[in-house]
Amino acid sequence: MAVETAPMTPDSALSASRKNEAIRARIKRRYSAERRFRAYGIAAILFGLAFLVALFSTIFARGYTAFQQSTFTLSVVLDQAAFGSSAPTPSELRMADYTKIANRAIQQALGVDPNNKADARAAADLLSQNADTQIRKIVTADPSLVGQTVKVDVLAHGNVDSLLKGQFDRSVAESRRKLSDKQLGWLDRAIESGILTKKFNTGLFTYGASSKPETAGVGVALVGSLYMMTIVLLVAVPLGVAAAVYLEEFAPKNFITDTIEVNINNLAAVPSIVFGLLGLAIFINFMGIPRSASLVGGLVLALMTLPTIIIATRAAVSAVPPSIREAALGVGASKMQSITHHVLPLAVPGILTGTIIGLAKALGETAPLLMIGMVAFVVEYPSTPMDAATALPVQIYMWATAAERGFVERTAGATLILLAFLVVMNVTAVILRRRYERRW
Amino acid sequence: MTTDRKTLLSGFMPWRTSTPETTKATAAASNELTRAEPALRPKGDDMNEHIVKSYEDELALLDRKIAQMGGLAEHILAQSFDAIERRDPKLAEQVVKADKQIDQLEREIEEQVISMIARRQPLANDLRHVMAALRVTGDLERIGDLAKNIAKRALAIAHESHPKPLMTGMRHMGDLALAQLKEVLDAYAARNADRALAVWRSDEQIDSMYNSLFRELLTYMMEDPRSIGLSTHLLFGAKNIERVGDHTTNIAETVHFLVRGVNIADDRPKSDDTSSTLFSKS
Amino acid sequence: MLNVEPSSLQRATAQAPHLQEPKVVAKDVSVYYGEKRALFDVSVNIPDRGVMAFIGPSGCGKSTFLRCINRMNDTIPICRVTGKITIENEDIYDPSLDVVQLRARVGMVFQKPNPFPKSIYENVAYGPRIHGLSSSKAELDEIVQKSLERAALWKEVKDRLNDPGTGLSGGQQQRLCIARAVAVNPEVILMDEPCSALDPIATAKIEELIDELKQNFCIIIVTHSMQQAARVSQRTAFFHLGVIVEEGNTEEIFQNPTDKRTQDYITGRFG
Repeated sequence: MAVETAPMTPDSALSASRKNEAIRARIKRRYSAERRFRAYGIAAILFGLAFLVALFSTIFARGYTAFQQSTFTLSVVLDQAAFGSSAPTPSELRMADYTKIANRAIQQALGVDPNNKADARAAADLLSQNADTQIRKIVTADPSLVGQTVKVDVLAHGNVDSLLKGQFDRSVAESRRKLSDKQLGWLDRAIESGILTKKFNTGLFTYGASSKPETAGVGVALVGSLYMMTIVLLVAVPLGVAAAVYLEEFAPKNFITDTIEVNINNLAAVPSIVFGLLGLAIFINFMGIPRSASLVGGLVLALMTLPTIIIATRAAVSAVPPSIREAALGVGASKMQSITHHVLPLAVPGILTGTIIGLAKALGETAPLLMIGMVAFVVEYPSTPMDAATALPVQIYMWATAAERGFVERTAGATLILLAFLVVMNVTAVILRRRYERRW
Repeated sequence: MTTDRKTLLSGFMPWRTSTPETTKATAAASNELTRAEPALRPKGDDMNEHIVKSYEDELALLDRKIAQMGGLAEHILAQSFDAIERRDPKLAEQVVKADKQIDQLEREIEEQVISMIARRQPLANDLRHVMAALRVTGDLERIGDLAKNIAKRALAIAHESHPKPLMTGMRHMGDLALAQLKEVLDAYAARNADRALAVWRSDEQIDSMYNSLFRELLTYMMEDPRSIGLSTHLLFGAKNIERVGDHTTNIAETVHFLVRGVNIADDRPKSDDTSSTLFSKS
Repeated sequence: MLNVEPSSLQRATAQAPHLQEPKVVAKDVSVYYGEKRALFDVSVNIPDRGVMAFIGPSGCGKSTFLRCINRMNDTIPICRVTGKITIENEDIYDPSLDVVQLRARVGMVFQKPNPFPKSIYENVAYGPRIHGLSSSKAELDEIVQKSLERAALWKEVKDRLNDPGTGLSGGQQQRLCIARAVAVNPEVILMDEPCSALDPIATAKIEELIDELKQNFCIIIVTHSMQQAARVSQRTAFFHLGVIVEEGNTEEIFQNPTDKRTQDYITGRFG
């Protein structure tokens, strides 16, 4: 019964103090090991952050200029003579020589003699080749303007744009410059008089593909991406959720379901280009859907997103505590009722998050779209998913390969747009998760 | 645990070490203490130990205290008989003093039982164990009181002459009661319901002895009115012994309940008809 | 209470459950989890309008048996049940019997309070709604109120029926779960350690509630607290290693069990 307490001899006291020392040394080592470990962690995070900052800052530095565009504010004389009559017919309006009107306007603005052929040519070159279209659009929208002089914002040529954005090197010998000394002089004066300014570049969002940087935009690509995302949402979400719920709640545990599970997980890791090949083989070659159609792209991306959605949904469904299921079954709900009434509502935030992450991944995907021919030069907006379209990341890819100086900033600008979309989607995912997340 | 038991007992029972005027009865009572020692390990061989060791210890302590109390009760009861028989006022005073020890033990056991009920919520045989301890303690305390009472009467009649036949009758009755008490305490210690049942049945003998003693004393008083004082004291003494017998049967019942979990079913045989023999003039 | 003669206590309680027809009868029930056998030929009669307690060490099969009574074990794919369980002479493992229907007759309260993450009202109304027990909103309101009253929760929550059920305290949540079970008006209520996650006051409230409910329901409770079994039940069965070692009146089990294993278990001597 009695507790054995050995008397403290001097000997044991000595060994005890030695033991304490050893313990203290060990504690010190343990603490320093912990500190080291923490330092490694912080270093790793800082390393990652540094790269992220470098990436974003370069893209931003290159891309932010794309959101501005140099524009001439010209007084355009819509002379009746150019249209043939004071009340021109629609065809007359369409056929009028707007290039001439535009050229005359710029020559007048810069004070260039139209009869000096060389000078007149040089002045006209400062305008975008698309200037005539811009003026035509204004006139066809309001034919009553014929015979008047109106102020019109006309895009400047890509070279002029470069000059205004400080990307033009005046020190290069004149013969190798794209702008002559004379042109530079006119432009300097134009800037001084305020007719040449930088304005917000709405065209970046509305224009389609173009070989001229100043008239190239992501509008068509955005619409294409929108079609594809809609298709992904409509195809991948119902399929993914249904598959996940079946696998998680109903499927018997056996070899077949195990195999399916493993393969779904593997599928999520398959390179996306493989999905492109699949799409090419099945949707285009076998099913005969036209190439470059956003329907094909959407289906391919849906296939690619499916594993992500299935995995996310399964995780969300299995995270619903079994006590909720039991409670539902306990009051006499059928299996189906317990899933639709209780499990799925509780899994919604997880499913939504998975879906949005999957969508974001699909939005940024390029490789499979290249395989199914979505690298097309599409100028017109696609009116249905069956029309040829292109996607935002593909547009970026195409611009990145273009030679013109103006496309460099467009590439970065479009990347910024894409990144903004991704950020918005991820934030939405976080907000939805916060909003629907419930305690149980 | 077995080694420290003797020292523990000697602390409680000084007479174990020095036995000045031990009669047969007190010697037997002391022997009884030795025999009661199995009570310190009341759990039969078929009983597992409690998972909580201190619970086990508390139950053992309870039994140890009851053994001490029982030994003490036996001892002073025997002493009180001796005191009457030998007209020994000193011995009688010792009994009165020793009863205080019994009362003290009773208080201790009661407190322990209450605390065990509060802290451990004993169930099944543990519950019966604790409740039995409480009941046995009560009975033993009463037996102590009765012994004290007998001793007091011994003091009162110390200087009167004792008629031999009456004293022999008393002595027989006392010895029987003492033997019964011893037996029932043994039965308690050994958790033996059969022995307890035997004790319970044989209380009848004490009752009938009391009956005859009662008649004898009545006759005696009628024959010689001067002896009424002495006889009354003796009558009360005899009554006290009979009460000891009743408490012994109570303990027997408790032991039966403790072991078997049920109370003794049939009614106890009764031979005490003195309450109806008041005016019988043979 | 303790000083009352055990024999008279036994007499007082022994009759009642025996005289009436048992509500639930289990005969030779065995449960297998795959190859492993969890229950061995368990047979027991459970009286109506009373509380039956199952006690026993963890893994002794008492919960498994409890979950046989509303066929909750069906949800475990590898679980197999043999033997016969009848409720009012109706075999609940009869293939023609709908398990959903059965669970409406046999309510269940679980170890951890598990209200749905919905409003208090919705929690109680869910059962009646899926079983179509009410034809109008007013009727449903009445069922909800009555159930909450029966679960002794109405006074505490009547002003916040639209608050989430998960926002209640643990004890209130458990009473909400009881109200939810009571709302479909079952015949039998199974309780699987309903108080194991609750503090003593909340436990006392649940026990008081059980005492009330036993007037109208057949209650079967699994508990690890011997004291609780002793307090709330009239009959007790002791499970050990998949068999019922001893079954009888609660007083008898806790005062004078006949089997040594029972005795060892309830007195805390298990080796």
